[in-house]
Amino acid sequence: MSDQLFDSDRVSAGARWRDSTFMRIVREPMGALGIFLVALVVLGALFADFTGYSPIKLAMRDRFLDPSLAHLLGTDHLGRDLFTRVLHGARIALGVAFIATGISFIGGLVLGMIAGYGPRWLDSLLLLVLDSLRSFPTVMLALALVTLTGPSLSAVVLVVVIANLPSYARVVRAQTMALKATEFVLSARSLGARSWRILAVHIMPNLVGPLVIIVAMDIPVVITIEAGMSFLGLGVRPPTPSWGSILNDGYAFIRESSWPAIAGGLPIIIATLGFTFLGETLRDHLDPRLRQDG
Amino acid sequence: MLSYALKRTGLAVVITAISLILLISMIQFIPGDPAAVLLGPLASPAMREAFRQQMGLDQPAIVQILRFFGRVLTGDLGTDVLTNRSVLITVVEQLPYTLALIATSIGWSALLGIPLGCFAAVYRGSLADRIVGVLSVSSIALPAFVVAVYSLLLFSVKLGWFPTIGAGDQGAPLDQLHHLVLPSLAVGLGWVGYLARMVRASMLEVLSENHIRMARAFGLTERTITYQYALKIAIIPTVVILGMGVGNMISSAVFAEIVFARPGVGKLIFDSIATRNYPVVMGAVMITTGFYVLSTLIADLIAAGLDPRVRSAL
Repeated sequence: MSDQLFDSDRVSAGARWRDSTFMRIVREPMGALGIFLVALVVLGALFADFTGYSPIKLAMRDRFLDPSLAHLLGTDHLGRDLFTRVLHGARIALGVAFIATGISFIGGLVLGMIAGYGPRWLDSLLLLVLDSLRSFPTVMLALALVTLTGPSLSAVVLVVVIANLPSYARVVRAQTMALKATEFVLSARSLGARSWRILAVHIMPNLVGPLVIIVAMDIPVVITIEAGMSFLGLGVRPPTPSWGSILNDGYAFIRESSWPAIAGGLPIIIATLGFTFLGETLRDHLDPRLRQDG
Repeated sequence: MLSYALKRTGLAVVITAISLILLISMIQFIPGDPAAVLLGPLASPAMREAFRQQMGLDQPAIVQILRFFGRVLTGDLGTDVLTNRSVLITVVEQLPYTLALIATSIGWSALLGIPLGCFAAVYRGSLADRIVGVLSVSSIALPAFVVAVYSLLLFSVKLGWFPTIGAGDQGAPLDQLHHLVLPSLAVGLGWVGYLARMVRASMLEVLSENHIRMARAFGLTERTITYQYALKIAIIPTVVILGMGVGNMISSAVFAEIVFARPGVGKLIFDSIATRNYPVVMGAVMITTGFYVLSTLIADLIAAGLDPRVRSAL
């Protein structure tokens, strides 16, 4: 009897593993490719210190070397190993992506719930401000901001938050308004629950799931904004390696050697494609209702 | 329709006004001294003080915002620090280059993306549909500046097919077109995928509706049904997206103009940051933001003209 129980437990554990979201994503070609590319980026960020080169130390004798076993992606105009710089750039890209999306996530959640649950006048006011924030083209906003603050990583994070938070808040607001009219919220209210308790206990848990997917799908956008701003010299300052600044160095010396430009663009392509593929498959499995196409 | 148009235009005006206020109040809220950032570390305290007075930064915030607003309403966006000309003229001079780039990019991406989306919807679930799907997603994910640098490297530096810099000689349309190819490739590529996805999605919705089944029952050819019945309806959300896309394209155009050293508003702003020409930066950002609000307004009005249901939404 006990053996049988043990057996059936094990079978169901195996079935659960085969049916887990992770395995379902891996079975899709696009999902598997996405996980593979994202894993490359994450591993690169983890092992950036073990390539045997410094990402910032100059080696003028080794300028513009072509790729070889010693320098997998060649070297740049200051003789620095491009592979090492690309791996260190992964840290910047992932770091900005997680900090900036985290802040926009929390901010969007809070503002959206306030707009959706609060008084009408506050809702209208918040909507107007959010819509106005959305009316700046992202790069224009970045350029205007950085003229005032000077280039820095926090400027990048600020631009990402201003660019993304309004649409998250709008999604949360719409969902909050829908949930506000549901029976379980009405019954909580009739039992005398306070507004903050209804928001935190009854409404928020229903918002977090869909919002996580939407925010995760924006990670490639955030990586693009960071790389783009660093490409324009508005993000990290040299000699800190960011994929955007590596690409910009490569662009500046594009006639001397193609490799720095290729090395700067490649990780951006890998990361944006990887996170996009992963995000698309994840969304299809977790919440098909969010799909914009049939 | 008229009441919708009036309401929608009113909303656009309010949004433009608020975004201008936000832009100018950024100076107040952002920590740090703009005079120090703009003049660089070598500026003496006296120079910074003079700059603050010249820009009105020593006034209280509310005075600054009101004064600024008054000037914008009269069309005075300030004076170009380098040339002493009006900022408005400096920016408007560069605008045609950017508009040409955006128009070309929208043009070719719509010509390719809309038929691709139709094709994918008609052959739904086929291998071709899946390939179009993956390519669309990939083209949306690729940043414009990577496409710009890679196409510059491949087609200009290595193969020598296209020029690397500038916008071509004035009065030589073919030469100008030749200079537009690579920049508009970079700006428009993501839009091919985006449009294909949008059109596919709305086509699938329309194709499953009753009047399409009716048309089939009457024995109309698939071709007539697809292009004359379904596409007419399915194109409406795409028009709205195209209007919003102009803002996105302004951002991509900044990169394309810088990579290909093309004149244009993006290049102007970028160069003005390097020369610390603060009034030009702010003026150009304001004009492009206004332009973006205007393009979404036009797109919404067109959509409302095409689809009565949109009119009742506001």
